[in-house]
Amino acid sequence: MMSLNSSEMEAIASRHPDLLQSSGWKRFRTALFCVVIGFYLVYSWWFFAIGHVLGNANWSIAGSYLADWVSYEVRPDIAVAPDGSMQIAYPRFSPLGKNPDPDWVRLERETVTRTVEVPVETGKQPSTSGSSFSFMAPNAATGAASSAAEPQSRRETVTEEVVSRAVVTYDSATEIRVAANEVRATHDGETLVARIDGRETVEPLTALPAWATQKRSGEKITLSFGAAGWAEIDADEVSIRNRFFGWANFIFDTNSPFFGKSASEVFGLLTSGERLDPAHSNLSLAWDNILYNAEWQHLDVWTKLLQTIVMAFVGTLFASIIAFPLCFIAARNITRNRLLNQLTKRFFDFLRSVDMLIWALFFTRAFGPGPLAGMSAIFFTDTGTLGKLYAEALENIDDKQREGVKSVGAAPLAVQRFGVLPQVLPVFASQALYFWESNTRSATIIGAVGAGGIGLKLWEAMRTNSDWENVAYMVILILIVVFIFDGLSNALRSRLIGQKMH
Amino acid sequence: MTVSTLNRTLSPNGLLVERHWQELASKRRLYTWLCLGLLAIALSGSLWFANETNSGKFFDRLPYFFDFVEDLVPRDGMEILRAMFDLPSPYDDGSFKYNYPEGRLYLTDTLYVPEYFHKMLETLNIAILATFIGMFFGFILCFLAARNLVPNPWVRGPVRRIMELLRAFPEVVIAGFFLAILSLGPIPAIIAVSIHTIGALGKMFFEVVENADMKPEEGLRAAGGNWIERVWFGIVPQVLPNFTSYFLMRLEINVRASTIIGAVGGGGIGELLRLSIGQGHEAKTLAIVILLFTTIFAVDQFSAWLRRRLVGDQAFQLAH
Repeated sequence: MMSLNSSEMEAIASRHPDLLQSSGWKRFRTALFCVVIGFYLVYSWWFFAIGHVLGNANWSIAGSYLADWVSYEVRPDIAVAPDGSMQIAYPRFSPLGKNPDPDWVRLERETVTRTVEVPVETGKQPSTSGSSFSFMAPNAATGAASSAAEPQSRRETVTEEVVSRAVVTYDSATEIRVAANEVRATHDGETLVARIDGRETVEPLTALPAWATQKRSGEKITLSFGAAGWAEIDADEVSIRNRFFGWANFIFDTNSPFFGKSASEVFGLLTSGERLDPAHSNLSLAWDNILYNAEWQHLDVWTKLLQTIVMAFVGTLFASIIAFPLCFIAARNITRNRLLNQLTKRFFDFLRSVDMLIWALFFTRAFGPGPLAGMSAIFFTDTGTLGKLYAEALENIDDKQREGVKSVGAAPLAVQRFGVLPQVLPVFASQALYFWESNTRSATIIGAVGAGGIGLKLWEAMRTNSDWENVAYMVILILIVVFIFDGLSNALRSRLIGQKMH
Repeated sequence: MTVSTLNRTLSPNGLLVERHWQELASKRRLYTWLCLGLLAIALSGSLWFANETNSGKFFDRLPYFFDFVEDLVPRDGMEILRAMFDLPSPYDDGSFKYNYPEGRLYLTDTLYVPEYFHKMLETLNIAILATFIGMFFGFILCFLAARNLVPNPWVRGPVRRIMELLRAFPEVVIAGFFLAILSLGPIPAIIAVSIHTIGALGKMFFEVVENADMKPEEGLRAAGGNWIERVWFGIVPQVLPNFTSYFLMRLEINVRASTIIGAVGGGGIGELLRLSIGQGHEAKTLAIVILLFTTIFAVDQFSAWLRRRLVGDQAFQLAH
């Protein structure tokens, strides 16, 4: 056993200072990298004007867009006339269907006698519906009308039933009562009372709570109730925006005969009810209604999703089929010809470096928008990528097996078949599977530039800024597909080449 | 010599073995053909479906396939250079087709950056910044997702799920959502690419961490180091070369991704390419394609060279 005394140790240390003292470069390199990255971040902040853009962003709208992913609004408008009578109207494509009567809107009607302006045309109406024999009475009516109010309309005293009070309940803590030109909104224990005259001005009678804003006095008051929705009090109208959690009319749209029926009612109709449409059975009618749901467009979405899947599948499959023979030419230990090796490898580099985007745009020009373009783009790009990977796998093979097969006098093709292929085939298949899975994701983006598939549909839904629930639906479908394919590809790969791939 | 001494007739045991082997071989062959048959059916079905739902049918469009090549032939070769460097064109007729000098970005009175170089720089910067952001968060998350550092599955599981979600969430939706909020520009693209990168790098990083040698970590544990010290001094030095290699690989992918995201409204060169192809500006399109090709090629080669220096020949494993 040899040992060093301390003077010898010091002597060694002084002869090899680099072992004990790290050089300046080594010591400061981390700090230097951090400084460089820091400078780069500052430069990026300036280059992209990040502060300016974030400052000018419309953050308030982000919340409502996000809420649209999982909820919807029902938007009745309560028009208030100067005399206090009301009319409630729903927009044409209301999620509640054609004759909405939700239980969260309670209307009280009363019969009043009042003076209304009636246009002249309505006065003539009875004459058209009247019998052709009794033309005396219509004549008398028109005569009376023309004498009473000559220009366009006349004043008439009618007795009719009008809505006199409306109570809209958002949730247990939020309520809006409209009665006799007075709007009383209650939210979280605070109450706002506002007087509206039916023509010009809105006048809050109490102090505005934190959830109510009025930009200028006399103008409309905006009430925001958070997740429950919001409302606007205008001089002649109270706009209700009641937000509900969930996706409206996901299965049947409002035009479907099954709309508004409970699950058991629908089930009863499907199994034993009499035909709603004599031409079809109820089951096929219901299925048809679901597929062609006007708002959710299930059939179209599913077709587009299938297109995306098909694009990734066919593109990757063709790419691996073409890359397979080419990689044998590119591998320098298989084909002993430098020129051919380099040519094939540069060809792969070319296919890879012309981006998938460029291929997609070109093929969209050639084939028109649709999955053929996306498929070809994936095919071209991945022939390059897979060819490069395959050639590298071939160059790393164990030469012993090949030599063994060669030594017994096998033909060149047989040498490849029995000496090379068994080693690389699992790797080839595994890489093809990996790209299949990752291309399912790329195909979504490629689609958005016009190459077909769900990407374009997503992009169109987002551009309107009002169909975020459809976006959420498609995102969920894409996530499901990606997760399934991820699992499938992982399972197949671990069977092919054992558990440890990465 | 030995061959002739072999007994041609097999013993009952030998026959059994042979029969078993033949059964196995035929079964294997059957499965192979079955798989190939299924693949062929799936392929032909897919092709039929793709052709049916495409707006132009494959065989109808095939004769016109190379029409777009004609769209790419500029009036003369110099036009490409003029478009690339924003030099005035002799064909200028006031239309957008030849107005190259319009896009110049003047740094001083005479010195300018040509439009496409500026936009290319923008795309590159989107990719680099997004990769840095992704690397930063992926670095933090990966240690929480590694089995050998966090034995508790209730911490590890959610972190992994979050990373999977970030990876699988369609980038185009994130970009579209932020486009609606932030208005047009490159920042939605940065956010979209970053979010995807966090998930993708995080996954690769934690796999590297799980394969790390635990002996330094044990030594630090024996000396009483806390979790952060053990990770920082025991694990990080081992995995840093691999992390850098994956970072560079991700950078290659992100340059492509930011080009594509640019084309759907995220700014940069991708948007210009889409516009100029759509409007049929031959020289501009070719200039952008050449610029993009050169950049991607250069980034790939640089990254491959750096990775080879950092971790040797294993750096070639490329994955998305």
